[in-house]
Amino acid sequence: MLTYIARRILYSIPVLLATSFLSFTFVTKAGDPLANLRANPRTNSPGVLKHLAHVYHLDQSLPIRYWYWLQDVFEHKLGQSLLTSQPIWPDISRAIGHTLQIVLLAQVIALILGVAVGIYSAIRQYSVFDYTMTSLSFLGYAMPTFWLALILQIIFVDIYLKWHVRIFYTSGLNSGVTSSTWSIDRLQHIALPVITLTVVSFALYSRYMRATMLDVINSDYVRTARAKGLPERLVIFRHVVRNALIPITTVTALQFGALLGGAIVTETIFTLDGMGFFFINRLQANDVYAVMAYIIVVAVTVIVFNLIADILYGVLDPRIRYD
Amino acid sequence: MTEPTAPLDLGTPPAVLDGMPIGVPVSVDTTEAQGMELTARSQWSYARRRFVRHRLAMIGLLGLIVIFGAGALANYVAPYTFDQIDLTNVLHSPTTVGHHVFGTDEIGRDYLSRVIYGIRTSEQVGLTVAVVSSIFGLFVGAIAGYYRGWVDNVIMRITDLVLTLPVLVVLLTVAAMLGRSGSEWTIVAILAAFFWTPICRIVRGVFLSLREKEYVEAAKAVGAGDMRIMFRHMLPNTLGPIVVNGTLAVADAIIIEAFLSFLGFGIADPTPSLGKLVAGGQQFPQDWWLTVIPGLVLVMIVVCVNFVGDGLRDALDPQQRRVRA
Repeated sequence: MLTYIARRILYSIPVLLATSFLSFTFVTKAGDPLANLRANPRTNSPGVLKHLAHVYHLDQSLPIRYWYWLQDVFEHKLGQSLLTSQPIWPDISRAIGHTLQIVLLAQVIALILGVAVGIYSAIRQYSVFDYTMTSLSFLGYAMPTFWLALILQIIFVDIYLKWHVRIFYTSGLNSGVTSSTWSIDRLQHIALPVITLTVVSFALYSRYMRATMLDVINSDYVRTARAKGLPERLVIFRHVVRNALIPITTVTALQFGALLGGAIVTETIFTLDGMGFFFINRLQANDVYAVMAYIIVVAVTVIVFNLIADILYGVLDPRIRYD
Repeated sequence: MTEPTAPLDLGTPPAVLDGMPIGVPVSVDTTEAQGMELTARSQWSYARRRFVRHRLAMIGLLGLIVIFGAGALANYVAPYTFDQIDLTNVLHSPTTVGHHVFGTDEIGRDYLSRVIYGIRTSEQVGLTVAVVSSIFGLFVGAIAGYYRGWVDNVIMRITDLVLTLPVLVVLLTVAAMLGRSGSEWTIVAILAAFFWTPICRIVRGVFLSLREKEYVEAAKAVGAGDMRIMFRHMLPNTLGPIVVNGTLAVADAIIIEAFLSFLGFGIADPTPSLGKLVAGGQQFPQDWWLTVIPGLVLVMIVVCVNFVGDGLRDALDPQQRRVRA
């Protein structure tokens, strides 16, 4: 097992290097990092620009620039932004914190609901409940997140404008209140993004749980359990559910890894200072190294959670052996 | 997701070779008594029959024909052009006056026409991406799976790279590099450059197992060339998953184009696309129709495509002799 993990980590290093180099090529081609200075009459002189280009290694060839950037990533915690000359780490770690809040909350709710609904749908297959939930999750799956988020925003903006009641805020993270009501205020702010992400993940989890439950229910050992006279409750909860939960842990780990960097649209709509918002802002501003920092963080997250998913699978299912 | 359903009678026994039933389990008079006759049916005709009997798939197909038909015939169907301005009716809610069935936007353009032209853009993007990426993925996957060795290794490592990052991140970065928003064909190119990888993986997987089959060996023995074996003998056996995946890729491409356009990295003005229409509505939260209608059309497209994809999956799986209710 340990050698397996070590091998996977070793294998992911060249993948990370290749990914980052390719992204570096794309991102540096995306725009001129000195555009702001060029537009400013005070700094727009050939001497100054040439000096700056030299200091930031912009006059070097791409592989050499990549090498300098790589050094910066390790020595100065992801380096500093070319546009603002500020270190990137404080911004990005704050963004990770905010994204983690909404993603964790959404995943916990979606998982509990999804598993419960999946189990019940599978036990009462083709019942009214099953059909309703299947259609609902189908719809949740087909709905583009930005649309769902906007509809929620419209509803709560309208409620506020019509009846002057603030149930949930529709943008930002806080509205500058004292510490006593801070957490409630924060919850009111992140509720809508959490709902958006919950709907999408819930659709996935409930469908998945239902399918694996049905797979397990029809297997031989469940028939044996029933045949030896076990009460149905025990059959379902001790024999079926426990095994049906194995694949869903994998899906959860993968979904979690993807969401940590990928709630781009939701965060943009609710102007929530998270990872996705950070990415889209920096990309629009042509902040090359900030975008690269984001890409590296996301790539590492995805790789780590893929590994976690595989390890969990091996731990939970004794039929899987890694060596 | 396979669901155990009671197998429905399809008229003929499952094992049919060149039209002749093997084992003769069905006596002729009962089939005739049911008003059926035994006829030779190819795999494709079985698939077609299964597809036509798939109720949801037919609903989906009908929906797609209506929506995509309106988009394709936008020039004839839309009451106005997408950029025609009617300043007497600005931000009008849906009404029958002046045929503004979906209302008008902030500078008085007829929203129904804009949605229809938006469908046209989305449909062009979705269909082209699906076709181009399927064909490309098929060729590359076939070569990887058939020749194995270093070719396979190189191709698989390239597809690995795409998996390290969320699709949206990669696409946004590339779109930013190519200059923020481009024409729809730029977007098609970007999307197709990433959509071929899953199809490539599927085809490779099937080819890896097929190349060990006896019929491939037989074809080699009679002296068929590599290309002939790959595309004449092996390809038909991979078409099922490719068609299913290609269908679902239409919906994926449309949604991802909408995402890109929504974030301002998609199709440039003045061409309307469904994602851009939703994005435009964001500034007017009280004029709900601007957001709700184009989004609803997107949802309908995706649901219909998924229904058709489900139906095709059930119909094209040669192992499967069931019809879902």
